[in-house]
Amino acid sequence: MFDVIAPYATQLLLGLLLTLKVALGSFVLGLVLAVLCAPLTQSRRNPLRKVLDLYVTVIRGVPELLVIFLIFYGGTIVLTKLSGSYFEVDALTAGIVALGAVAFAYLLEILRAALQSIPAGQREAALVLGLSRRQMFVHVILPQMLQRALPGLGNQWLIVLKESALVSIVGLEELMRKSVIAAGATHHPLTFYLSAACLYVAVSALSSAIFAQAEQRLTPVQR
Amino acid sequence: MSYEILMAAIPIVWDGLWLTLVITLSAFVLGQVVALPLAMAADARSRFVSAPARAYIFFVRGSPMLVQLFIIYYGLGSLEAVRDSIFWPILKEPLGCAILAVGLNSAAYMGALLRGAISQVPDGQGEAARTLGLSPWQTLTRVTLPQAYRYVLPVLGNEITLVMKASSLASAVTVVEMTGAARALVARTYAPFEVFTVAGALYLMLALGFAALFRAIERKTAIPGLSGNDA
Repeated sequence: MFDVIAPYATQLLLGLLLTLKVALGSFVLGLVLAVLCAPLTQSRRNPLRKVLDLYVTVIRGVPELLVIFLIFYGGTIVLTKLSGSYFEVDALTAGIVALGAVAFAYLLEILRAALQSIPAGQREAALVLGLSRRQMFVHVILPQMLQRALPGLGNQWLIVLKESALVSIVGLEELMRKSVIAAGATHHPLTFYLSAACLYVAVSALSSAIFAQAEQRLTPVQR
Repeated sequence: MSYEILMAAIPIVWDGLWLTLVITLSAFVLGQVVALPLAMAADARSRFVSAPARAYIFFVRGSPMLVQLFIIYYGLGSLEAVRDSIFWPILKEPLGCAILAVGLNSAAYMGALLRGAISQVPDGQGEAARTLGLSPWQTLTRVTLPQAYRYVLPVLGNEITLVMKASSLASAVTVVEMTGAARALVARTYAPFEVFTVAGALYLMLALGFAALFRAIERKTAIPGLSGNDA
């Protein structure tokens, strides 16, 4: 079994690197958007809140694969129209944008719940102390929100990591696609798909350990 | 967006709907059937029972479903022992593999969830049931599980939506369910927005339908006097 994998080991590891790139890229994209939009979910009047609610409902009910296809094929059409000449979206960008857009919806829900659990007194106290609304959010609300959201964020990271395998379907040569290629070339599908699965499991387990550590580190903050 | 293409896409994508439903419902049922013994095995006293169950949950939850689908469809099919076995009629069909992959994946998540739900039921209830002379089987089916399942019911509605979304992976092994039908149509018409909007809307409709169904079940099975659905 080992002599079958050995010639492809470098390729698999390169694939793993790209997998991490896609997953990390879309997770960060989703998280940044979610942090920016999270305060909007708390305001009662803001019409944007309704838009966000609708967005979350749609994303939750539609397969990730469909979103990837939409961005991959649709992006090419939009960009071709905009630029005037044929312009193809590469699978990496399409993957990061699509999975980021999906992660954004779930992360927004996680942050919304975390935000709601912060007592109103915190906000009032910050304002009474003379902090501006912006300072209040950055220095008082944001750190508490992220800390409370940490278990949810860790979970979502694992989901994004596993969803990144779907981008292989539009041709991105990440870990999954590399295994498909190796499996086809060697006629040893079981060997390569099991190896890929083990690599994913290893990254998942490592990430879980890191998040558990971070949670423990941050817990004393909360009295 | 062209209105004509949108309208023309509806019947074609709709044709994939029933396969999406077949995969979703069969995989969901398979997941539920496997999840319970898995959850109980994971908490069994004997290590020889609990260790494999826990390892299964760990590995399935730690790797992408697409890999699992490929392991089942391409991987198992490459083994001669599998091709000679009685399971071959199912494993040689992409549809059967898709249902198996999605179902077994769902089972791992549900198993972990049920484990938590069962441990939520206070120990005193089991002791009380034994004192009243109930057999272990009666205790399980009459006391523990009714409470555990009420506890997981809100999550079950969520799970069937996740299974429905996962059913789209079947298109990766040539099953022409909704996503597969939509993608094939895009290849012909080159109208991704119209076609994927139709597919997305149909998926959303199914998801909202499942959500409504499970809310109704929750209301029906709620115990009067207990707030919400948690016991």
